[in-house]
Order: sequence, then structure tokens, then C-alpha cells
Amino acid sequence: MKRSFRRVLPQLLTLAALMALVTLFFPQFLSIDYAGGRLSGPVIDVLKRGAPVALLAVGMTLVIATRGIDLSVGTIMAISGAVAAWALSSGWGAGPAVILAVGAGLVCGLWNGCLVAIVGIQPIVATLILMTSGRGIAQLITEGRILTFDAGPFAWLGSGILLGLPVPVFIWVLTAVGVAALMRRTALGLLVESIGINRSASALAGVNATVLLIAVYMASGLCAALAGIIATADIRGADANNAGLWLELDAILAVVIGGTSLLGGRFSVAASVLGAMIIQTIDTGILLAGFPSEYNLVIKAGLVLMILLIQSPNLVGHWHFLRHSLRRDPDASPRGAKS
Amino acid sequence: MKTTLLTTAAVMGLAAAASAQTVGFSQIGSESGWRAAETTLTRQQAEERGIDLRFSDAQQRQENQIAAIRSFVAQGVDAILLAPVVATGWDSVLEEAQEAEIPVVLLDRQVDSSEDLYLTAVGSDLVHEGEVAGQWLADTVGDQECRIVELQGTTGSSPAIDRATGFRNAIEGMDNLEIVRSQTGDFTRTGGKEVMESFLQAESGNEICALYAHNDDMALGAIQAITEAGMDPGEDILIVSIDAVPDIFQAMANGDANATVELTPNMAGPAFDALEAYWSDGTEPEKFIQTESTLYTQDDDPMAEYEARKDLGY
Repeated sequence: MKRSFRRVLPQLLTLAALMALVTLFFPQFLSIDYAGGRLSGPVIDVLKRGAPVALLAVGMTLVIATRGIDLSVGTIMAISGAVAAWALSSGWGAGPAVILAVGAGLVCGLWNGCLVAIVGIQPIVATLILMTSGRGIAQLITEGRILTFDAGPFAWLGSGILLGLPVPVFIWVLTAVGVAALMRRTALGLLVESIGINRSASALAGVNATVLLIAVYMASGLCAALAGIIATADIRGADANNAGLWLELDAILAVVIGGTSLLGGRFSVAASVLGAMIIQTIDTGILLAGFPSEYNLVIKAGLVLMILLIQSPNLVGHWHFLRHSLRRDPDASPRGAKS
Repeated sequence: MKTTLLTTAAVMGLAAAASAQTVGFSQIGSESGWRAAETTLTRQQAEERGIDLRFSDAQQRQENQIAAIRSFVAQGVDAILLAPVVATGWDSVLEEAQEAEIPVVLLDRQVDSSEDLYLTAVGSDLVHEGEVAGQWLADTVGDQECRIVELQGTTGSSPAIDRATGFRNAIEGMDNLEIVRSQTGDFTRTGGKEVMESFLQAESGNEICALYAHNDDMALGAIQAITEAGMDPGEDILIVSIDAVPDIFQAMANGDANATVELTPNMAGPAFDALEAYWSDGTEPEKFIQTESTLYTQDDDPMAEYEARKDLGY
């Protein structure tokens, strides 16, 4: 337990620092009200709005741990949202709509997994195919319109309240806890890491790498489908053109901020969802601070760059080296600076 | 007597058939509901006027549009309607049409070519749309204090810039109107909802008097955010937006939205009017025909407007 806490400590510190920074610009950031049976406040908004990226990051973490990448998750969100809205508008209930949407996500994941594990296409290329063509599939389902449906049990998944908190918060927290438990309480996590470090070696050692790889891409598709359901339920409509647009990049960023290497191997689901919360804190903070919208992306890029620089192993190495040499010869550096 | 009437009718029918004109229409594609509605209305207008419309969908590619125009020229159509996907690179193909003496009418978007190369351009004035929205708000609140929040379109896009400018022109010099927050919602419902949530947190909801959204979709997202925050959109916060898509009329019928300014998808109607005048006596129209930016409010029977629009393909 202590080790896993130390693993996510940098992300927790970053998040705390960011929240302090946002509070400087928007003093009520940490205030939470309770009214009408629900908690409300900027922090609650961060938890709720961060749900899609957090879910995508959970799936993306597993894929990246196998030394892969899944560029199609944003598109899968659009497809599963379109399927759900289509099911609802053709008179099916909320239950079948969720099942069909999740099924669509799993099929997309299966497609990606087969391309990577069986056909042997590089993951970035294999998932690029669905990323570019999938939005067309979603548009075919919605016939190019924003397919809307009435509020009901399905809309509750996106904007409902459970125990005072928005429902999407429960969805992403439970998914993250479930996946983390499945990976760490069993040997599954170790097997995923072994594929990422060396697929042939792990196959020779008896790991069924092909099936496991397909399963990992299907898990990513499943997470994307859940994110798509939340996004669609939230606005009570499926917007095939815009749902999940560019969110795959935010998801990859969340995993990277979470400290998982893009070269595969060791991973941490908890750190990745913390990464997602860090990104959402930046986004919400920018909106609350009230800067002109032209600065949004510049501020976000600047903050992300700072976070990644602080976490960079090379820089940390240099820092330790510097501190060490300073300690050994306390007079050396100041004298150099004066001259 | 009966025979004479019949003969006259037959002769008139023949005359109508002889003057049936052929028009080629190169459409960008169907990237948005508005674009689909424009295509539907162009077909309807052509049918009503007995014009034979040849339709070509360019799927967002200029080379497809250039190929379509060349094929229209080869077919010897009487006019070409072009909704250009980009502004540049049209000179040579427009010259080819001119040499074949086929008038070209631009729909909705402009090109960078010389004005001599096309008959006229039909389009909406985006600044004017913003002015109509701003004028409505100024008239509605009178001399009451009003703190306005603004949902902008995609940063840097021309509709976002022009609609922001127009709105500011309209409320300029009115000290009781103030834009207190302005942020981009990227023209999407999700964007509108998320940004409105942050506005409600930052300005503590009850101090916001009106919302101006650069398109209806963002307004529809914002309406949900306002409802979920326990307030009454349309009452507690006035909502004015632009585009007039069907769903905003439903929101107006429910009392959730207050006004919208129409960006009409009927660009073909004025284009055919200009072409018919040109065919009959060679009248040269103005180089830019501005479509009307009609304002719709809750008093304009929004449910009927919704019914009229819902099947246009939005």
C-alpha cells in the first residue's frame, strides 16, 4: 500500500499545486455548497467533467502498458453515443441502449485488437484507421444530424445525482478501482507489463500474448463506450461530428502525466486518472479564471510543459547531481557565480 | 371553346417546357445539419420553379468541385451554383465557365477571385446577425442593468469574430449592458454546457441577466446547465442565439429560450431570382445579395416553425 502511494505522490503533489494556483486566480475554487440534495462547486465540476478523459485514460493505460497506443478512443465515443441515441430514438429502453453502446465499443476494440495482435499492424496505424473512418460510421448512424432524445433513465447516467454527487463520478471511479483491482490483485497486470517489455519473450514463457492484446484493446473500447455514453447522456443527444473530438490526445496526455512510459512496461491506473484530473483542473481553472479564449490553449500548453519538465527523469537526475556536488563542495558554486 | 382552352393550355405547357432551364449545383458536402438543409431547400426551390437541377456533392474537396464545374460546362447548363469549400484557387475554372457564357452564382461563401468572374454571391452578413441579436436584447431589457455572458464560437473562426463584433456594435454606448464573461464553447452542445457551468460558478448564477450564444447548439447546451443548476432558463436568464435550427424552436416553445436570429439555408431562392432576371432581360444583379437575418422570438409560434424545419435535414 505504501509503495503504491509513493508511486502516485508526484501526481498528487502536482494536483495540489495546480489547485492552489487556480485558487489564486479564482478564490472560491475550493468552496462546495450543498443545496437541493446535491453538492455543487468547481471541484465537483472537475470530478464530473473529467469523467470522459478519466475513463479513456484507464483503457489507454493498459494499451500503452503493452507498448501500444489507441488513437481511436475519441471516435469510439462518437460511435457508441450514436448507437445509444439511435436505440433510444427507435423506442428501445435505456437498458438495451446501454448494452448496445457498450457492445459497439467492444466490437471496435476487437477490430483494433485483431489488427494489432493477429494482422500485426503497428498500433498507431491500426487505430488510426478507426480514428479517421469511425466518425463516418457514427454520422451514418445519426444521418448527419444531432440525434436527440428526451430526458429519462439514460440521461441520468450523464447528469443525474447519486448520494449528492454527479453519476459520472461514480462511473469513472468504480471503473478505475475495478480495473486496478483486476490488474493488481491478480497476475494480469504483470502479464500485460511483460507483453509491453518483450512480447516474444513473454509468449515463449507461456503468456498467451495474442489473446491478451486483443482483450486489452477491447477493454479500451469498453472504457471509450462508457465515456461516450456519459457524453451523450449529458447533452441528451449524439453529436457525431464533435463527441470525443481530440479526446484521445487528452487521454494519452493523462497517461503520460501519470508517469507511464509510452515504451510499455510498468503502469499505474491510479496515476493515470490523477493525470486526467490534473488536465481537467487546468481546463476548468482556465474557464473560471476568465482569461480571453485566445489564451486557453497557450496556458494549457504552458502548464503541461511545466508539469512534464518537473517530472522528467533527466532533469531530476541533473537536480540530484547538482545538489550532491553543492553539498560536497559548498564554496565551489557561489564563488563561480560571483566571478 | 373547350378545345381552344385545351389548345392554349397545351401551347403554354410547351412554352414552359421549352424554357425549362438546367442549373448545376456544386455543394461542399454534408458536414453539418445546416448544409444538409441548404441542399434540401435548393432542390425544393428548383422543383417549384421548374428548374432542372443537377447536383454534385464534393465531399469537402476542391478538386471534386472543379471537376463538377468542368462537367457542368461540358453539359452546357444554363447556370452554375457554387458553394465553394475554400476561398482561393478558382480563377481558371471560373474563366472556363465565363468563356462558355455560363453565369456562376456563389452560395453562402465567398471566393478571392475577381468579381467579373461570377454573376453574384448570395450570403448572410455575419456582423449583421450579431447586431440583430444585440438589438433584441437591448430592446428587451430597456434601461435595466444587465450583466451578459457570451458563448463564443471556435476561436479565430470568421463567424465567431463577426458575430461578436456585431453584438458589441449593437450594445455600444448602453451603459446598463455589460458583457461580464466571454469564452469559447467551440460551437458544440457539450462546449456550451461545460462553459455555462463555469459561468454559473464564477458569476454566481443569479447575477447573470442574459446569455448570448454564437450558435443555437451552444445555447441548447447552456439551457441544460442552467436547468441543472436549479434556475429557469428563459426567465431567470434571457437567452438569445443565432442560426435558427429546429431544436431551438422547441426550446422556445417550452419557454427555455427567448430569441434566435436565422441564418437562412435558403440561399438558392435569391440566387434563382437573380438568375431568372438575368435570363429574361440580362439584368446584372448586385455583386453581393445579402439574405435576411430574421429574428424569431417566443411570440412567433415556435412550434409551427419547428414543424416546418424538422424535415429539412438539419
